[in-house]
Amino acid sequence: MSSKAAALRIRVESALAGRVATPFEYRDRRIAETVPAGVPSLDAMTGGLPRGSLTEIYGPPCSGRTSFLISTLASRTAASEVCALVDAGDAFDPYSAGAAGVRLQQLLWVRCRNADQALRSADLLIQGGGFGLIALDLSDVPPQVVRGVPLQVWFRFRRAVESTPTIFVLLGQESNAKTCASLVLRMQARATRWSQTPESAGESAGKIIVPHSPGCLLGGWTSHAEMIRAHRKLEDHQPVQQDAAFADAHGCGADFEARIVWKA
Amino acid sequence: MAFASIFVPQFMLQAVVRAEPALRGRALALVEGNPPLCRVVEVNEKAARAGIVPGMTKTDAAQLAGLEIRLRSRPQEKAAHAALLDVGWSVSPQIEDTAENAVVLDLAGLTQLFRSEEEAGACLAQRASACGLLSNVAIASNVETARIAARGFSGVTVIPAGQESQRLGPLPVGVLVPTTEMAETLRRWGIHTCAALAALPVLDLSERLGQEGVRLHALARGAGSRSLAMAEPGHSFEETMELDDAVEELDPLSFVLGRLLDQLCARLAARSLAAAALRVRFQLEPSGENAFDIRREMFRRKHPPGLYEREIALPLPVRDAKMLLKLLRLRLQANPPGAPVRKITLAAEPARPRPTQGSLFLPGFPEPEKLEITIARIAGVVGEGNVGSPSLADTHRPEEFGMQRFLALLEAAEKNRGQSGSQHPEKPRAGSQIPASFRAFRPPLPAKLELHAGRPTRVLFQGRRGEVRAASGPWRTSGDWWREDPWQQDEWDLEIEFPSSPERGLYRVYYDARRRGWFVRGIYD
Repeated sequence: MSSKAAALRIRVESALAGRVATPFEYRDRRIAETVPAGVPSLDAMTGGLPRGSLTEIYGPPCSGRTSFLISTLASRTAASEVCALVDAGDAFDPYSAGAAGVRLQQLLWVRCRNADQALRSADLLIQGGGFGLIALDLSDVPPQVVRGVPLQVWFRFRRAVESTPTIFVLLGQESNAKTCASLVLRMQARATRWSQTPESAGESAGKIIVPHSPGCLLGGWTSHAEMIRAHRKLEDHQPVQQDAAFADAHGCGADFEARIVWKA
Repeated sequence: MAFASIFVPQFMLQAVVRAEPALRGRALALVEGNPPLCRVVEVNEKAARAGIVPGMTKTDAAQLAGLEIRLRSRPQEKAAHAALLDVGWSVSPQIEDTAENAVVLDLAGLTQLFRSEEEAGACLAQRASACGLLSNVAIASNVETARIAARGFSGVTVIPAGQESQRLGPLPVGVLVPTTEMAETLRRWGIHTCAALAALPVLDLSERLGQEGVRLHALARGAGSRSLAMAEPGHSFEETMELDDAVEELDPLSFVLGRLLDQLCARLAARSLAAAALRVRFQLEPSGENAFDIRREMFRRKHPPGLYEREIALPLPVRDAKMLLKLLRLRLQANPPGAPVRKITLAAEPARPRPTQGSLFLPGFPEPEKLEITIARIAGVVGEGNVGSPSLADTHRPEEFGMQRFLALLEAAEKNRGQSGSQHPEKPRAGSQIPASFRAFRPPLPAKLELHAGRPTRVLFQGRRGEVRAASGPWRTSGDWWREDPWQQDEWDLEIEFPSSPERGLYRVYYDARRRGWFVRGIYD
């Protein structure tokens, strides 16, 4: 019986030779290499952005999504990688990106007019290969439009980058990639920082600050990031797959501060 | 010292077949002249066997079923001649441009390159074949013997020194290209071969035929000795094809373009060069409405044909015909000629190929050829000017930036990496601070603001009303007063709370003093 099984196995293996390397071997889950995103507190929480995977960052406007993405682009271009930004809403600001340290010569910027153009461009870029990071920014596309994108699109993107060193980052207002994303971060704005506080302006706390003075500048804001989903193993050897409440309860959140850089 | 001669028999036919390889192996006749007086000027062997001879009218020749008839094409002959010279230059820098269908090259000093003269001859024939020309190659110890042998013998011929007279002997006198009178005289004397001519006493020949007779006698004996008249290496890589019927659709046009690109790349490869840029020029057929002057219909005057010209600059010099065809197709899809194409000219700007080796210490890069095609495809989706690298302008004018060609070159990254230590030091960020980013609204959104004591208090834009919780400004900027479009703005950073949303937003709004209105420039995110 065992000899028959062995013979059958050899026949199957020879029939699949050249197409499937080891058809009867269990394929271990690939351990993705991660790279730092350039935000120390988030890097400590997530372990970095996984290569060959889809990372989703979502949150409302002004939550720090773009600052995080730009910081990541700065980090990757500084490492001499070539990056691509597919900008569905044509909202990328080259000046603030340059000030954040993004090497613009190493960035391919695709300015789209709608989600359809953005998805097609991202598909072409992934197929082209060779990019260290490809970001698909759907932040300005209405959430109901992004919700209408079939799940197989995200699945195809995930499969396309799977065996490549490319980090695929998806930016949006809501989570859409679901289980196709290896890392999901939810961003939320916390407090805005002005160079003049109500107290320093001589007003009582809680009042509206209208400094109207050259001495008062917008300093930035604090954002809070929650890790909603990750393939990183925690101490109890369970993959993280949680909701926001779980993230808060188990400390899977981190703050970072977005600071305005004024041009000289 | 040895000389090699490359001779292309039936050159006019081969120039046409080179651009249309499907004609190879079929009965083909070339015609020339203005209709209806077109006459056959050259035929291939198959057509000759079927009874087609030069001088027949096109109408007579067309009666033979299966005969392909083409117009003689001077531009294609010019391109074929350039290809022939390229074949010569691929081996030796010392070339003589002997005739339209023949070149002679000096093989001195090439013993390191070829083990034998036979190998050199075979290599030349093979390279000519790669450029679409079936040629005869002859190698001899002097220029004239090599030239005559190439005209007389098919394939590769090597004539050892001292055997010139013996080897040239059986060839007809016609290979020496005598004048018409001289040929007639020799025919009347019964001199038909080189051996017969060489056997004549030279003094008697001189008395009867003069110096030209002596020259022919020397050539027939293989004793014609002269030095090469060197040709200057050319750097024009151009292929042209005139179409019998104008082509409008992209697929048949791509077919023709592919053939021309194959020839262009073969020529570049022969010279160890590559294309740094590709220029395409189409001569368009006047469309139906424009073919005649409607107002003066009685004159039936045709408008001059339109021209369509495009240039494709390549990130790296390439000579991959398939890749160039893909790029050309994508460019034509994005910008179609708009009228049927009558004549195609493709020209390549030659450059030295740049072999690059991946660095051990640099991450992977997109392959330049693949990247160029990807960018061209994306340009087809989003538009030509919407893909590239952003470039910052040296100005305070808001939203003033440019889009430049994206060049993901390994050398550039290495250079950046080298500079990173001096210009962009990688310092760890303090705590978890990162630079804030801005998202622009393009074009800026018109807004209505309520002011109290000169400060914004309420904002209305995109149908949403919000309360201003904090504001900073106005930051007054102006500039370019010498231009037609100067700017003058008061900018505010506003923290706005919308009743419909729990989150506050940080927006940048400005008052445009020239347009007298408020606009939202973008949002901090």
